[in-house]
Amino acid sequence: MDVTTLLILLLIGAVATLVSGDKLASKVALLFSLVAFGLSINLLLQFNQGTDIGFVSNWIANPKVALALKADGLSMAMVLLTTALTPLIILSSFGNSFNNSKNFYALVLFMAFAMVGTFLAADGLLYYIFWELALIPIYFIALIWGNGDVEERKKAVVKFFIYTLAGSLFMLVGFAYLYSKAGSFLLEDLYKLELSNQEQFWIFFAFFLAYAIKIPIIPFHTWQAKVYQKAPTVGTMLLSGIMLKMGLYSVIRWQLPIAPDAAKEYMPILIGLSIAGVIYGSIVALRQKDLKKLLAYSSLAHVGLIAAGCYTLTADGLNGAVYQMIAHGFVIVGLFFAAEVIFRRFETRKIDELGGIRSQASGFTSMFMILVLASVALPGTYNFVGEFTVLYSLSQVNIWFAVIGGTTIILGAYYMLKMFQNVMLGETNTKVFKDVNVSEAIVFVVIIGFLLFFGLYPKPINDLVNPAIKEILAVINR
Amino acid sequence: MDTNLALLLLLSPFVGFLFNIFFGKKVSKGISGAIGTLTVVVSFLLSICFFAQLNQNGKPFEISLFDWIQVSNFKLDFGILLDQLSLLWLLFVTGIGSLIHLYSISYMHDDENMHKFFAYLNLFVFFMITLVVGNNLLVMFIGWEGVGLCSYLLIGFWYKNQPYNDAAKKAFIMNRIGDLGFLIGMFIIAALFSTLNYAEIKSAVASGDANSALLGLAALCLFIGACGKSAQLPLYTWLPDAMAGPTPVSALIHAATMVTAGIFMVTRMNFLFDLTPDVQNIIAIVGAITALVAASIGLLQNDIKKVLAYSTVSQLGLMFLALGLGAYTVAVFHVITHAFFKACLFLGSGSVIHGLHGEQDMRKMGGLRKAMPITFWTMMISTLAIAGIFPFAGFWSKDEILMVAFGHNKALWIVASIASIMTAFYMFRLMYLTFFREFRGTEEQKHHLHESPKLITIPLVILAVLAVIGGAINLPGSMWLNHFLEPVLVAKHEAHHLGTQEFILMGIALVGAIIGIVWANAKYIKQGFVPKEDAEIVGFSKTIYNKYYVDEFYTFLIVKPLNGLSNFFRTTLEPALGKVVYGFGTVANGIGSQGKKLQNGNIGLYLFVFVIGICAIITYLFIAQ
Repeated sequence: MDVTTLLILLLIGAVATLVSGDKLASKVALLFSLVAFGLSINLLLQFNQGTDIGFVSNWIANPKVALALKADGLSMAMVLLTTALTPLIILSSFGNSFNNSKNFYALVLFMAFAMVGTFLAADGLLYYIFWELALIPIYFIALIWGNGDVEERKKAVVKFFIYTLAGSLFMLVGFAYLYSKAGSFLLEDLYKLELSNQEQFWIFFAFFLAYAIKIPIIPFHTWQAKVYQKAPTVGTMLLSGIMLKMGLYSVIRWQLPIAPDAAKEYMPILIGLSIAGVIYGSIVALRQKDLKKLLAYSSLAHVGLIAAGCYTLTADGLNGAVYQMIAHGFVIVGLFFAAEVIFRRFETRKIDELGGIRSQASGFTSMFMILVLASVALPGTYNFVGEFTVLYSLSQVNIWFAVIGGTTIILGAYYMLKMFQNVMLGETNTKVFKDVNVSEAIVFVVIIGFLLFFGLYPKPINDLVNPAIKEILAVINR
Repeated sequence: MDTNLALLLLLSPFVGFLFNIFFGKKVSKGISGAIGTLTVVVSFLLSICFFAQLNQNGKPFEISLFDWIQVSNFKLDFGILLDQLSLLWLLFVTGIGSLIHLYSISYMHDDENMHKFFAYLNLFVFFMITLVVGNNLLVMFIGWEGVGLCSYLLIGFWYKNQPYNDAAKKAFIMNRIGDLGFLIGMFIIAALFSTLNYAEIKSAVASGDANSALLGLAALCLFIGACGKSAQLPLYTWLPDAMAGPTPVSALIHAATMVTAGIFMVTRMNFLFDLTPDVQNIIAIVGAITALVAASIGLLQNDIKKVLAYSTVSQLGLMFLALGLGAYTVAVFHVITHAFFKACLFLGSGSVIHGLHGEQDMRKMGGLRKAMPITFWTMMISTLAIAGIFPFAGFWSKDEILMVAFGHNKALWIVASIASIMTAFYMFRLMYLTFFREFRGTEEQKHHLHESPKLITIPLVILAVLAVIGGAINLPGSMWLNHFLEPVLVAKHEAHHLGTQEFILMGIALVGAIIGIVWANAKYIKQGFVPKEDAEIVGFSKTIYNKYYVDEFYTFLIVKPLNGLSNFFRTTLEPALGKVVYGFGTVANGIGSQGKKLQNGNIGLYLFVFVIGICAIITYLFIAQ
C-alpha cells in the first residue's frame, strides 16, 4: 500500500458524499474521513517499519512532470494532522444544518484530498496543482455557507482569493524558472541546483509571496480575520487548523532548501518580520469585539512564532515549528469549536453580549479553559513543547529574538484570559446555556486528550519528525 | 519500592483532584473534603518516611521517570530528586497543606462548589510538589506555571464577581512576566551548559569556564522569575489583590507555600548565584526595599487580609535580603517559621471573617477577644512570633536575617530593622482593632458572634504551637537546619557564635519590636483610635493608603498605552494595510473590467486564470526547450 491509496480514498469519499444525498452526507463524510485516518495510521506503521510508501510515475513527458509523491517524517506528520483533524471538524459540524449538505461535505473531503496531496507532492508542478486545488473548496465553503451579510462576505472571500492567487502565480513563475534550469520539477533535482545568489533571491522572494500570504506573515495578513469571521466554522477550522500549515510546511520543504543562501542572508529580517507578527497579532487581539476575530488574531500571533522558528534554519527551530504546527492545529480547531458551541446557543459572537456561562455549563467551561491554557502554552500541554523549542531556537540565534518573541506568553495570557473572563465568567447569563452534548464533548475530549498526552510524552512525534528535518537541514547546509 | 512511593507522594493529590473534579458533585461535601484532605495527608506521611530515610543514610533519592523534551544539544527527562532541600519543602507544604485542607472542610462547607475548591486545592498541592521534587529546571517550571494556574483558579473561585476575576487575571499575567524571565534564564543556562539538570549545571558551573557576564544574565533572569512568583518589587502588586480568593487559599498559596517558590529556586540554584555577586547585590537591595515598602503600606490598611498580604510581601522581602547576602539557610529558616505563623494568622483572620459573615474591614470589628478566644490566642501567639518577640519562632529566624545584614552592610540592616519595627506595629494594630475594645459592627452581627467550629480551631492551635516552638530547628548552638542543608549548598554559611555583638543585636531587635508594639498600643488602645473613613484620609497617609499609586502608575504606563495601541491598530492600521495590499492585488490582476469581474467573485474566472496560467507556463517551457 502506498500513499496514493489515501488520496484515492479521499476522492472516492468526496464523490460518495456527493451522491449520498443531503440527509446522509455528513455521516458518509465522517465515515470516509475516519477510514482515511485509519489508513494514514496504517501508512505510518508501514513507514516506521521502513517500507517505502512513496509513489513515482511519469505523467507528462514534455515538459517533464511526474506524479511523484514522497513520504518522509515531515510529510507524514502533516498528513496525519490533516486526516486526524478532518473527522473532528466534520463531527464538530453535526450540530449545524447546511443547505445542500452533500455539496458541503463533499467539498470538505475534497479539500482534505488537496491538502494531503500538497503535503506529499515531490514534484513542483504537481505540488502547485494540489496547492491551488485546495483553494477551490474553501472558496465555495466560505462563500456559500458563510455567515453575515452576503455582500460583505463576498468581498472578504474574494479578497482572500485574489491575494492567494496573486501570490501563487509568483510561485508558479518561480517554478518555471527552476524548471528551465533543472529540466525537471522533481524535488530532488531542484535540491541539486546550484543557483547564484541573485537567482536564489528571486526564487526565494517569489515563493515568499505565496507563503507569506498563506501563513500569513504581516503585512500580508489582512485577508485573514474577515475570512475567519465570515466563513462557517468548519471553513475557519480547515483554514486555521490545516491550510495555513501548507504555507509553513512549504517554507520548510520548498523555500529553504531550494534557496538556502537567500534564506541565510535574509534570516534576521525574516525572523524580525515573523516576530513582529507575534507582537502585532497579540496587540490587535487585545481589543477585538468578535470572538472569532480575536481567535484569528491569536492565530496570527502563533503562526508568526512558527514562521520565526522556520527561518532560524536550525534543527531546533524547524523541529519546534513542526511541533507547534501540530499543537496549534489542534488547539485552534478546539477554540473555534468553542466559539461555535457558544454561537449555537446564544447566536452571537460579540464578546460584550456574552458572559455568565460558567455557572450554567461546567463541563463546557472546563474544556474551554483547558484549550485556553493550551493556547497560552502552559507546561503539560503539547503547545508548551512547541513554543519552548521554538523560543529556545530563537534564543540561540539572538537572545533578543527570544525575549521579544517570548512576550507572547504574557500578551497571549492577557488577551486569552480577558476573553475567557468576558465570555464565560460573571453573573449568570439571563439566556439559557445548555452544556455540551455527546458529539460536542467527543470533539473537545479528543483534542484535549491529544494535547495533554503529547504534552507529557512528545517523544513519538520527535522520533517521526526529527530525522526528516535533519535531512532537509543537510540540504540547506549543502 | 522507593520509586513507587515517590510516585505516590507526587500523584496522591492529583488523584484527589481527579476524584473531586469528576465525582465531587455526586458525593456529599464531607466525603469530597475528606478525600481532598486525605490525599494530601498521604503525601505528608510519605514525605516523613523519605525524610527519615534521608536522615538515616544521608543519600538523596533520585529517579528518572521518562523522556520529556529534547532539543539539539540536550535532552531532558522527567526526573524526581528528593534531597534535603526538596524534602524540607515537601514537609511543610504537605504538612501545612493538610491542616489547611482540614480547615477548609468547615470553612467552605456552605459553598455550592466545595468539590471544585478541593479539586483546585489538590491540584495546587500536586503542582507544588512537582515544583519542589523535579531534578531539573524545566520540571520545576511545570510546577511553577502549574501553581500559577491554580492560584488563578482559586483567586477567581467566586467567578460571578468580576473584580475577583480581574484579580485572578492580574496575578496570572504578572506571574507570566516573571515566567518569561525564568524561561530566558533557562535558555541561557541551556546554551552555556547543554543541560538543565541541577547536578549537571552545578558541576559545569564549578568547572568555572563559563562566561561570567552570561552567567550573571542567567541569574538575573531567574531572579526576575522569582520576583514574579514571590511578589517582589516591581512585580508584587498582584499579591494583595489575590486576597480576593477564599481565605484558606490566601493562607496556603499566598502566604505559606507558593510565594516561597522564588526562594526555593534561588536556594536550589545557589551555586549559580554564588558566582554572580552583582546579581546577589541586586537581590539583597530589591528584598530590602520590598520589605520596607510593603511594611509601610501595611501600616495603614484597614482590610484585615490586606494587612496580612502586605506583611507577607514584606517578610518575603526579608527572605530575599538574606538570599542576596548568601545566607541561604537563614532565608529557608525564615520561610519555614513564616509558613507557620503566617498560615496561622491567615486562618485566624478567616475564622474572624467567618464569624462576622464575610466582614473584612477592621473598622467594623473590635472586641472579638471574648467571643472568639481560641482564634484570639492563636493569632496573638503568631503575632508575637512575626513581631519577633523572644522566644517565639519568628524571633530566631528574623534575628538571624538582621544579624547577617548587620555583618554585610549597615544600611541594609537599618532598612530591615525599620521594616521589622513597622511589622510589630501593624500586626498589633491589627490585633487591637480586631480583638480589643468595643465591637463596632452591627447589632445583628454582635448577636451572632461565636467561636468557629473545631475543624477551624484545631489547625489554628497546631500552627500556633509551631509558631512557638518552630525556632527550635535552628537555635543558635544546635543549628540543626544549617547542618541539614549543608550538602545542597556550595558556600558554607558560617554559624553564628554567640558573642557580645550578637547579644546586643538581639537586644536591639527585641527593643525595636517592643517599640512597635508600644506605639500601636498607645494609638489604638490608649487613645482608642479607629482608622477614618476612606474619604477622610488625606496627605501622605492617603498616598500610603492608596499603596503609593503603584497600580495606577502601571495602568498609566503599560496597560493604557497597550490598549490604546491595540485600538489604533484595530481601527486605523488594519483597514489601511488592507487597502494598500488590496490595491496591489487589484493592480496586479489587471485594471479595469477583469479586476472588477474578480471582485464580483466569479469563480469561473479564477479557474480560468489558474488553468491558463499553468497552460501558459507549460507551453512556455515546452517551447523554451
